[in-house]
Amino acid sequence: MAKSKSDFEKDFNRLEEISDTLESDKITLEDAIKLYEEGVDITKKLMEILSKAELKISQLKTELDGTIKKSKLEIDEES
Amino acid sequence: MTKIYTVSELNQSIKFTLESSYGWLDVEGEISNFRPYSSGHWYFSLKDETSQISCVMWRGRNNYVFFTPQDGIKVRIKGKLSVYETRGNYQIDVAAMKPLGIGELQLAFEKLKEKLSREGLFDEQCKKPIPKIPSTIGIVTSKDGAALRDVISTLRRRFPAAELILAHSSVQGANASSEIADAIKTLNSYKKIDVIIICRGGGSLEDLWAFNEEITARAIFKSKIPIVTGIGHEVDFTIADYVADLRSPTPTAAAELVTPNVSGLIEYIEDFSYNNFEKIKNQIKFYSDSIRNILKSYAFSLPESLLRNKSQKLDFTAYRVQQSFSNYFQATKSRIERSMNVIKNANPKRNLSRGYSIVRQHSKIIMRVKELNKTLETEIEFFDGRIKLDGEK
Repeated sequence: MAKSKSDFEKDFNRLEEISDTLESDKITLEDAIKLYEEGVDITKKLMEILSKAELKISQLKTELDGTIKKSKLEIDEES
Repeated sequence: MTKIYTVSELNQSIKFTLESSYGWLDVEGEISNFRPYSSGHWYFSLKDETSQISCVMWRGRNNYVFFTPQDGIKVRIKGKLSVYETRGNYQIDVAAMKPLGIGELQLAFEKLKEKLSREGLFDEQCKKPIPKIPSTIGIVTSKDGAALRDVISTLRRRFPAAELILAHSSVQGANASSEIADAIKTLNSYKKIDVIIICRGGGSLEDLWAFNEEITARAIFKSKIPIVTGIGHEVDFTIADYVADLRSPTPTAAAELVTPNVSGLIEYIEDFSYNNFEKIKNQIKFYSDSIRNILKSYAFSLPESLLRNKSQKLDFTAYRVQQSFSNYFQATKSRIERSMNVIKNANPKRNLSRGYSIVRQHSKIIMRVKELNKTLETEIEFFDGRIKLDGEK
């Protein structure tokens, strides 16, 4: 079963949602400030993830007994 | 003497004669009544316009056939005649098979495509949405292929926050299709994968054939995880592409389709704080300006000026009232004084003191001579007293 959405995507979608709401004129100043603060918290979180990101590569193998094992995969990119 | 055979003896004899008099045979014909058994053996017939012959291809041997035969496809086979004594049948024991030409593969492609299309495997409503920002990306391809390296370098460039999980399979040859199907199943049972890329670099139609096999197509269709294909080059369309939730022309393109561009993301995220801060600042400025304008507006300053007007009017009225009262008092006062003087001057006693007298008859003041009756008693009042004079007789 696939996960519905990654945490990063959820956070990012929320940020987009906040951005859209702030864009619309149907919001009180109080709410706008609250949403903006929430948005800034999310941006900090997302930037943290992005700045530290390094692609992880692994491999799945099905063992003889049917269980699935995950292991790190070393790829020589030059070859 | 006529020799009398038993059935077994005859079949045995035929078997010997047939099998020894034909060595390896190359036969061309059209496949019909193709029946792949669960045991792995293939049973089918080869036919031409007027005749047909039974064939069998054992499991193990058919592993080397890169495509799965279909009815109507013309093939060339290599094999030997064999007799199945129990039933008295003869058949070709097939050792190798290849399509008669590239056209036959295309025909097989079209036939499978039509069949799966009729079954609904390509239906738009079955397509799963591709996540915009996946955290875990599965990939089905060869561990040693250039396709994997293309995908890795694309992901590093675009979205290194993701994790890539490989389920290795060969991507060409007779076993490729079932290995691809197994790899898809493996990734599905791992549960934590957001999207799967199935990819392979470019090659001939024969090289790419594993992606045109029914088993591959059905495994893609059954996947609960959305699948993006990136097989061969732009021009290559495989059955897998039709079943997949999204087709892309190359492995690199597939990696691009499943990921956001990290620099775009960063830009968006950074813009959020700045743009919205400006927006809110402007909003606050807008409100405070509005408040200021309202305060400055005529309607709002009206009470004040009204009040000023009223108070001025009040002052003026009070002054006028005060003025009129004092005038009134003044006037009244002088009128009273005047009256007092008149009254004072009118006091008869004052005249008596100056020498005048008042004449009365029967208490009535006599003011003219003709009013005087000489016969009556007359009273004269002087300043200092009254006297009475008797009337004339």
